[in-house]
Amino acid sequence: MPTRREIFEARQRRRANLVAAGSTGLVVLAIVVLVPLAPGWEAVQRSFFNGEVFARTFPGLLNAFLMDIAIFAWCAPLIAAAGLLLAIARDLRAPALTPVKLAATAFIDIFRGLPVILVIYLIGFGIPGLGLPRPWNSPYLWGSLALILVYSAYVAEVIRSGIESIHDSQRAAAQSLGLSPRDTMRFVILPQAVRRVVPANMNLFIALQKDVALLSFIGPVEIFRQAGVYKSLLANFTPYVGAALIFLAITIPATRYADHLMSRQKRARS
Amino acid sequence: MTRLLTTSTLALVLALPAVAQTDCAAGKTIEEGVLTIATGNPAYYPWVLNDAPESGEGFEAAVAYALAEEMGFAADQVSWTRTSFDQSIQPGAKDFDVNLQQFSITPERAQVVDFSVPYYTSAMAVLTTGAVVEAGAEPTVASLKGLVWGADANTTAVPMLTDLIAPERQPLLYGDNVDVTAAMQAGQIDAALFDLPTALYLSAVVLNDGVLLGQFPPERSENPDQFGLLMEKGNPLKECVDAALGALKDSGRLAEIEATWLQDATGVPVIE
Repeated sequence: MPTRREIFEARQRRRANLVAAGSTGLVVLAIVVLVPLAPGWEAVQRSFFNGEVFARTFPGLLNAFLMDIAIFAWCAPLIAAAGLLLAIARDLRAPALTPVKLAATAFIDIFRGLPVILVIYLIGFGIPGLGLPRPWNSPYLWGSLALILVYSAYVAEVIRSGIESIHDSQRAAAQSLGLSPRDTMRFVILPQAVRRVVPANMNLFIALQKDVALLSFIGPVEIFRQAGVYKSLLANFTPYVGAALIFLAITIPATRYADHLMSRQKRARS
Repeated sequence: MTRLLTTSTLALVLALPAVAQTDCAAGKTIEEGVLTIATGNPAYYPWVLNDAPESGEGFEAAVAYALAEEMGFAADQVSWTRTSFDQSIQPGAKDFDVNLQQFSITPERAQVVDFSVPYYTSAMAVLTTGAVVEAGAEPTVASLKGLVWGADANTTAVPMLTDLIAPERQPLLYGDNVDVTAAMQAGQIDAALFDLPTALYLSAVVLNDGVLLGQFPPERSENPDQFGLLMEKGNPLKECVDAALGALKDSGRLAEIEATWLQDATGVPVIE
């Protein structure tokens, strides 16, 4: 037998659900009905949402997306490793290692402050222009390096924020147990720090997944460039919509997963 | 001499009060009494000289003024604007009457925009460097297949590459001519396919050690590269433009302009 309070709350909930469904339905209806009434809708539909063009170009786009995945796959581990090293270098406390610390700081400042596309152009065309022989002048090689440089600077900053979030008393405690500074970092600080910043790093890797497309500027035919070729040949923007859908199919689940990790962490800490 | 004649004709036309449009074009332009013509940003040699179409110098600039004159627009009734490729194909109202920047006519593009009859049919040419030629590249399809190819992704050179040469390795594609030449300079690609006039310019001016290895004459290709003026789909001006271009062809004026501004390319070997 539900109490009066329970009955009241159930009714309130039902009402809230009804209102939410009603207002969402209204907005969707307005979009579905009103947008096609715009005078240019037919032209927009032909240019951006053309079923025939979509069907014709989608397999080629999927195929080109394999290139994005490959570039991502060899960049991501290198970025993680380089970012970790940079973060540790920035946190060095021994006075003799100050030059290393300064170099790491300068590196992070420079590459975090430059637009990715600029670094890709400079490194992707500039270094091979010095006259390197094949295969050492490959745009895949130098373009990937550009991504690694920029993203390892971001990752280093995220990891550093993790390191700084571990209270100094833990270092003191570790040292009083006889651990060397190196072991303190390895066995006490890093395991906690890295775990804390996993969600933030997930977001960076989602961004990287999208920025891989920038490599197309120096030659590789990945999904963005392939869509551009179709766009040019068919004078139609639908291939870009197709490419966007493929990106979303990867990035939305990844973002949800990052959100999930973050909320789990929050629960664990509270 | 031709140059002198053109200049004096221009001066004469400029001196006259605004000429009336032929009945055909009247009331069909965006701005009454003015023909708005779009070109690229920047516009490249030899199509437009010094990125200044107003001077009427360069093949497309000259064609534009001859066309305008044929349609009854004096030189001072021509207004220039700039668009990218994407701007010219996006849906919605256009801010130009006609757009000429080496747009190749294809049936797929013609579903979205209107093209005039072609004003130029181009051979495709292979641009490469002296180093690649020294390494043994020859103007034969068999030899070209083994090279690493590049092309401007926004051009019909991409499907042409597959049709004419079918390279063994996947070509690298770039956003514009400058990037293609940068990649060639960096040794990342061996060769690139361009329309012949653009290739002549790039090999002579832009690329260090640039060489034109050979050309595919238009009749070799099933769909040769034909340039047309681009207009908004259903633009009523199309018939006037077509009629005027037809008249320019019949009178030999178009061939004359071509001879003035586009280099004779018979010296470039034909690829077997």
